This record gives sequence, C-alpha cells and structure tokens, in this order.
Amino acid sequence: MGAAMGSPAFVPVISAAEPRSTMKIPESRGRVSSALFNVLSQAPDAAGPDLDHLYRVVAGHVAGAGDIIGDEDIQLTLFCLYELHYSGLDGVPDTWEWEPDLIKVRRLLEEPFEAALRTAAHQAAGTFEPPAGIAMTSDAVADVLFGLAATDTGPSVSRYVARKASLAQLKEFLVHKSIYQLKEADPHTWAIPRLSGRPKAALVEIQADEYGGGRPERMHSALFARTMRGLGLDDSYGAYVDAVPAISLASVNLMSLCGLNRRLRGAITGHLAIYEMTSSQPNRFYGNGFRRHGFGADMTRYFDEHVEADAVHEQIAGRDLAGGLVEAEPSLLADVLFGATAAMALDSRLSAHLMSSWDAGRTSLRASMPAAA
Amino acid sequence: MNPEQKGTGADVDPESAAGSIVVCPDGPLIVRGEFEIVTPSGDAVPRERKTVALCRCGASAIKPYCDGTHKLVKFRTGPPAG
Repeated sequence: MGAAMGSPAFVPVISAAEPRSTMKIPESRGRVSSALFNVLSQAPDAAGPDLDHLYRVVAGHVAGAGDIIGDEDIQLTLFCLYELHYSGLDGVPDTWEWEPDLIKVRRLLEEPFEAALRTAAHQAAGTFEPPAGIAMTSDAVADVLFGLAATDTGPSVSRYVARKASLAQLKEFLVHKSIYQLKEADPHTWAIPRLSGRPKAALVEIQADEYGGGRPERMHSALFARTMRGLGLDDSYGAYVDAVPAISLASVNLMSLCGLNRRLRGAITGHLAIYEMTSSQPNRFYGNGFRRHGFGADMTRYFDEHVEADAVHEQIAGRDLAGGLVEAEPSLLADVLFGATAAMALDSRLSAHLMSSWDAGRTSLRASMPAAA
Repeated sequence: MNPEQKGTGADVDPESAAGSIVVCPDGPLIVRGEFEIVTPSGDAVPRERKTVALCRCGASAIKPYCDGTHKLVKFRTGPPAG
C-alpha cells in the first residue's frame, strides 16, 4: 500500500458491493405494524382516515406496553418508520418520509422508547456517576468511556462463537448482525452536519474508513455481505428482518433515534465511541470462530478488518469525537454517556438472548430462516 | 517541521506538518498524514487505511498495528508526554 494510500484507485465497476436495494415490507407483528403497512400501501394524500386510525392504535398500544424494548410490534413499526429515511420500503412512495402525520406517529413511539432506553442505560451504568459541575477535557471523556467499556461484563457471545458455536449458530449470528451491518455506519453519518470543528473532522475520518476509504468493495457493509454469501446467506438488504426478534431491531432503532434527532447528537457520538471500544477483541474471537470451522481469510476479512480498524476508531471516537464534542458543548456530557450506556444495555440484552437460546439448544431467531439460508 | 516547532503541541503548526503522531494515554500511537511504514530493509508494510494505530504495549497480535490488547494487559504510559 504505502505510497498508493494518497490516491485510491478509481473503481468503476462495483462487483462485491451491489447497490442496496429497497427492503421488502416485513410481515406485521401485531395491530400497530399492521396499521402502519396498511397506511404505507396508500399515497400520503389518500391515507387520511387510516393515518388517524394508526395514530389511535399506536397511542393505545404504547399506553399498555410494559417492555417497549422487547415489544415485537413496536420495534418493527419503529424500524420501518426509520427505514423511510434510509433506503425506503418496497412500493412505498418516497413522499411518506416527511409526511407530518407519520412523523407524529414516530414521535409517539420514540418518546416511550427513549424513556425505556434511559432507564436501561442508567442500570447499565451501574454505580458510575459522571463528575458534576466541572468541565471535562477530551482526554477525561475518553478515559470515562474506556472505563465504562471495561465494565462490560455481560455474557460473552464472542467467546462462545470462538470456541463452541455450530455452523448453524454462526449463521444465526450473522443474521442478527445483518440488520445493522448491511448499512454499517449509516446511522452515525446523520450526525456529521450537526457537528463542527474537531468532532466533525473525527467523525468524517472514522466514517471514511467505514465506507472503504474510497473503495466501495472495502466498505464494511460490503465485507459483511461477502461473509454472508460465503455462508450461503442472502445478503440483500433487509432479507432477514422477519427472522430477528425485537431486541435485534431495538439495537438498530437506538442508533436511528440518536442519529436522526439533532438534540441527541451527544448520544450518537457516545454510542459510536462505546461501539468501537467494545469491538476489537470480540471481532478477533468472531474471526476465530469462523477459522475453527475451516473458513479462510476471504470469509474472516470482515472481522479481521474490524480488529485493526476499531483499535484506531476507538481512540478517535473517544477523544476527538465524543471528547471534542463535550469540550465544545459541556452540557452534552450526560447524553454522550446515555448513548454509550444505552448501547451497552441493549448489547448485553441481545447477548443474553443469544446465549440463553443456544444454551437451551433453541434457535435465537423468531422463525426458521428463509429457504435461501 | 522546523526546529522552532519542536516541543509542546501548542508550537506545532498542524497545517505545515506532513504528519502527526498522537500519543494516546495508556494506548497506541495514532499516526495520520503523509508517511510510509517500511520494514528494516525498506519494503512497504501492508497498510489498509490512511490513519493507523501503532502498537506501543508490545502485546498486539497484529503488530505493528494496535488491536486493543493494551486494555487487557493494563498497559500504562504514566504521566502524559505532553
């Protein structure tokens, strides 16, 4: 590489990374998602009565929902509402994206979801208390985040993958991850225009790496797709949404919530920092799991790349991105920590689900996988 | 970098420096800018990204790059260099 680094070769034909196609509309998981899909099957200016109905159904369901994070119907509905801001849903008019009445529905769901996340995040933070009343330097913020990451002692999926996971479990693992990894980095990209100066430069530097440094076949999402294909999985965007439970969708919804709402810009930087800080070692273990099953470097490239990349990113994300943002806007410290601890909370809940399913000899997916698997 | 620019960060003009090395507390060296990583005989060390983290604790499995192992071995750099 060396001297060639400054001018990446132009790649005119994308062979490894096909453009992301629109996601097919998933199966509904209850009356809320069912009401949403009914609305989205119409044009915005023709859906008035059904939109009103959707709003009432959501209001009623939210009022009675105990565990929003684990609620299949709510998480799927939120996931699909957010998807309108990414690459859209099959057959759904693009104009739905900014339809005010649909945004109202999203906010009705986001409010209790955020409240549940803050409760879960608070529990994940344990006894940790952010220093009050003093301005923190970027180094101190990075130190706090690294300290939080070190307290992450949930069940270790990565060690299980390294030592014990069967081929079928490796496939399940990829299916869960595919919901995010096929659009890896996108939710954090929303934050770029909401930042300035040092944290903005830091985020762009990280994201450029996530997106392959100018080489589409090296985009992390493309590397992940290659690993999926190597295991005979369908790498088309959203192919396995129907197969994953609410908690897998909630992890992605957390990122979309914090990425799409400018007021949560602190949270999305904290999320990225903790995500990077808890990534290098697990990815080494994931790669070991695939090597144990006889897969070569082409298949483990995604994981190997993350061992090296995330050791760079964790420094930049902790110090320059999250730390730089707190230096510029000290009041955002609490939200930085919220994003970080919410990510930890959902990750350990997903890990607990995977491990309890696998320990009991069950699938961690909602249903048997589609035929392509 | 001219001789006057040595010393603390405040003296460094980041625009005229060809590269910079960030000395991360208890962690790697982050190197960005224009540089090459070569073996003692001058061959290029494979490099996948513009900005790299170089191992400083000696425990990385992918040296010369960092893989985060410094956190597991409780590597400490002592008082900040700057």
